Amino acid sequence: MELLSFGKTGWGDELLIATMMTIAVSITAMSIGFLFALIFTPLKLSKSKFFNLIGNCYTTVIRGVPELLVIYLFFFGGSGAVMYVASIFGYNEYIEINAFITGSFAIGIISGAYSTEVFRGAIQSIDKGQFEASKVLGLKKSVHFFKVIMPQMLRLAIPNLSNVWQITLKDTSLISVTGLVEIMRQSYIAAGSTRDPLFFYSFAAVLYLLLTYLSMKLINKLEVRYSRGY
Amino acid sequence: MDFELMINSFPKLLNATLVTLKLLSASLIFGLFIGLCFAILRVNKKPIINKFAYGYSYVFRGTPLLVQIFIIYFGLGQIEYLRSTVLWVILKEPYWCAIIAFSLNTGAYTSEILRSAFQTIKPGIIEAGQSLGISSKVIFYKIQIPIAIRQSLPAYGNEIILMMKGTSLASTVTLMDLTGVAKYIISTTFKPIEVFIVAGGIYLFITFIIHNVIKFLEKKYSFN
Repeated sequence: MELLSFGKTGWGDELLIATMMTIAVSITAMSIGFLFALIFTPLKLSKSKFFNLIGNCYTTVIRGVPELLVIYLFFFGGSGAVMYVASIFGYNEYIEINAFITGSFAIGIISGAYSTEVFRGAIQSIDKGQFEASKVLGLKKSVHFFKVIMPQMLRLAIPNLSNVWQITLKDTSLISVTGLVEIMRQSYIAAGSTRDPLFFYSFAAVLYLLLTYLSMKLINKLEVRYSRGY
Repeated sequence: MDFELMINSFPKLLNATLVTLKLLSASLIFGLFIGLCFAILRVNKKPIINKFAYGYSYVFRGTPLLVQIFIIYFGLGQIEYLRSTVLWVILKEPYWCAIIAFSLNTGAYTSEILRSAFQTIKPGIIEAGQSLGISSKVIFYKIQIPIAIRQSLPAYGNEIILMMKGTSLASTVTLMDLTGVAKYIISTTFKPIEVFIVAGGIYLFITFIIHNVIKFLEKKYSFN
């Protein structure tokens, strides 16, 4: 227990900050994932074969390649790519991207692929009559999407999105290879300097369990809220 | 694009694919066995037994695979007692540590998949067996298990693909699997995109094969 005390002698405060970091990365990654889903879900649902192909390529490639490989691609290739873009605009100095941004972007792209599949499934299982009805009523496209399709889609998507959230939360542990100090990295540092890996990695496992448990509780509440009336 | 590098790294990566496939097949075999055991415990009526099985799957599904590997590879070596037993021969090898972690992890998911398959079996099928006077043991092994396996094929196929991606974590405990070698080549040549295309292509190819084999099996053993 001494090892977990706050202050200079223990690792309690460091681990607390690391837990915050894990939560921050997960939320950022999940939001980036939603952005990707927002772009790729319409592509997957569109009638044009070309757009379909792009959407399918994204989800198949990302879901078929290990997360770690994607993270390495971003970790080693991220600053190169940004520097290349910057050099087009005439900026030739070295640019370093911080680990938080690369990490959450890499995890975000992965979580986006899963979210895309969830949203596609949810939209496809909405009754066809709903689309036709809003067309017949002559609703504007934005009203049609935000007031008719979106609420129904969310109800169907939330149980599966909670799975995506769990996957995203657990994937953030992989960012530790890039040096971002989240739970896994902090436990690695603590285990190295105290020579007590068993304790610290087990404690990391407990922290992750706690995070998944608490987020499940929250999501269940959300689920109840969005399925009012059913 | 450096095509020469892509062509040169291909044989190295292909060699490393063998390690990945070995890890995958070993952990799937052990994992299926563990999963089946725990699924049987899960449908047991005694609360202590099924709570225990539920706890196992909850812990292994709620924590990242990376933590599990690190606990087994770095953590267990710390226990003095373990070092003196025969188990140490296995536990000091990163290869076996990775297989143990993967098997326990995939076992937890497999037990969930099989459990839900057991529970979706129509009671009429079991009742039909009972009314024919078949003993409950035979009903379980000859009727429930084959149906459960067929039911769980699609979900299990997904689990195989997830596990295949999971084996990439073996590279964090010094094993040179496909991801490990890819990372090595990237960090020596600083050409991440080329290496990613080749390594990712190999992974996608494996995924494609697994996907189609499962599809074939599903068709072969479908009820209609």
